[in-house]
Amino acid sequence: MVVTKNSTAQEIVDREIVNREIVSQKKMGQDAIDKKGWLLAHKWLLLRRLSQVSIIFLFLAGPLFDVWLIKGNMTSSLVLNTIPLSDPFVFLQSVFAGHYPELTALTGAVIVGLFYFIVGGRVYCSWVCPINIVTDTADWLRRFLKIKKSLTFFSISFSSLNFSPLNFSRENRYALLAVSFLLASVTGMLVWELVNPVTMIQREIVFGMGFSWFFIVGIFILDAFISRRAWCGHLCPMGAFYSVLGKFSLIKVNAINRADCNDCMDCYALCPEPQVIKPALKGDDSPLISSANCTNCGRCIDVCAKDVFAINHRYINFKTITSRYNY
Amino acid sequence: MNQTTDKTSQSRRRFLEKISRAAGGAALSGMVPAIMLGLYSQQSKSLPADAIRPPGVNNEADFLSACVRCGLCVRDCPYDTLKLSSLGDSVAPGIAQGVVPGTPYFNARDIPCEMCEDIPCVKACPTGALDPQLKVIDDAQMGLAVLIDHEACIAFQGLRCEVCYNVCPVRDKAISIEYSHNKRTAKHALFIPVVHSTDCTGCGKCEHACILDEAAIKVLPVNLAKGELGKHYRLGWKEKQKAGKSLVTPDIEHQYNLPEGTRYDYEGEGLIQPEEIVPEKIVPEKIIPEKTPFEKSALERLNEGRL
Repeated sequence: MVVTKNSTAQEIVDREIVNREIVSQKKMGQDAIDKKGWLLAHKWLLLRRLSQVSIIFLFLAGPLFDVWLIKGNMTSSLVLNTIPLSDPFVFLQSVFAGHYPELTALTGAVIVGLFYFIVGGRVYCSWVCPINIVTDTADWLRRFLKIKKSLTFFSISFSSLNFSPLNFSRENRYALLAVSFLLASVTGMLVWELVNPVTMIQREIVFGMGFSWFFIVGIFILDAFISRRAWCGHLCPMGAFYSVLGKFSLIKVNAINRADCNDCMDCYALCPEPQVIKPALKGDDSPLISSANCTNCGRCIDVCAKDVFAINHRYINFKTITSRYNY
Repeated sequence: MNQTTDKTSQSRRRFLEKISRAAGGAALSGMVPAIMLGLYSQQSKSLPADAIRPPGVNNEADFLSACVRCGLCVRDCPYDTLKLSSLGDSVAPGIAQGVVPGTPYFNARDIPCEMCEDIPCVKACPTGALDPQLKVIDDAQMGLAVLIDHEACIAFQGLRCEVCYNVCPVRDKAISIEYSHNKRTAKHALFIPVVHSTDCTGCGKCEHACILDEAAIKVLPVNLAKGELGKHYRLGWKEKQKAGKSLVTPDIEHQYNLPEGTRYDYEGEGLIQPEEIVPEKIVPEKIIPEKTPFEKSALERLNEGRL
């Protein structure tokens, strides 16, 4: 665990976490649980799970109980038989594939797109996407089993590049995003949707299960045993798309009370995108977590015993507010 | 001064490293799946023969560029004809093997299309993957029925069946009964159902109703069912009709170098001399046999009391 001067911020964060865990064997987030109680220390997590499960349930209520509040699935749906919703990522793939969708799909994509543009693109990932439950569980297992580093059996051939494919950059998802659009335009079909586990699992829960659980198991193994946060944090082009969409979103998490931070590192350890915290928490600029990769999941708010983090709109005037906290 | 150059070179090195990392990452997370997905998509471009697309799908490739796999058409199908293929269906052996996962299809032998007049599946489609231009269900071409097994179809045995003909929603146009000679009995007709591609919608009612254990008439994807004449082919009689006259250059009348006054006419049996006396035709005398074994007919002989 040597932090060289060539290490990226991500590597430093990862190594700090590992170092810290070696020193203290304390359970992550225990401080917050001790101080706030288990329920409040999992508030945002529980709300997110509630949101994810109820969205699936809303789709299932139709086929199961004949209550058609929402029809279709997450790629395109009809709310109360009137309001169309369409996933803008899938919609754009279709456009790249050379199809000019009807007004219904366009309207739906604009509605959904505007929603995530405002509340934060990756709110989709943490509050809606069912795969998030899988990868969060995988990460929990990883912490539970104290798996510290990624398996590196693939990395040997890449060693000259100082690049391990299983410890690869978080920017790779943008490459896959580009590939998914490129493939759509080259082949003229929605190629990514052939394998997209996000839309596939959601569709098969609602329309009847096929082999998509195979993808789920694969992602779980990848995230739990091979590379930390590999799917959502490094590969998923859908997450990359929503990152881009929510770049200027209104609702953002901030480290408003960063003066209180006691460097317990719990937020880094539990955050699905730990690299987004550092500039806000330790930087000299605004305490706003401005990175588009932040999923607005609120886990940092949960696990912080010092209540450093808060969720608010992005134009909050930190100068006037922080003064109240003797900052 | 030295320090700043050091810093620049360092930042340049870090930048180059970042670039090489990104390139390596892109190579791995971009190219490998790109190739695999490209191959997969090529394989997925053709629809298996026993899966039929809902109305309004004119072409499988166009459909796959448009369908977002939302299943709204499936939900709005009042007869539960349409199904959304799952990944299991599409890879495991079975009816929908090879159907792109998440896309709608139906199997005519299970539940055929009822050809709803308001076409709810097309109305439900948000993207236009099911062509909204399709207003009249009779214009749909989901597939094409083909009487595929002439050996098993009992109509070819000379038995009366015509079930496919009778259930056809566009009867007499999409399926007609053509009579042909029954060689086995030599005195009956075969009542052969014949499908006409111009009117068949591919609804699959014929396949569903076929009385055989395995249907002899099946709905197939149009591209599989239809042959196509070479583009350069012209059917003479049709061209003639179009042009209103024969398009073949008329024969040039042959010029004979004959002696003056002589003409040639084939029907008039060759060369015709101007003032020739046509010899009388010798009519051969009718040869009446002097003696026949029976001088009178059998009936006469019988009447005369002789045998």
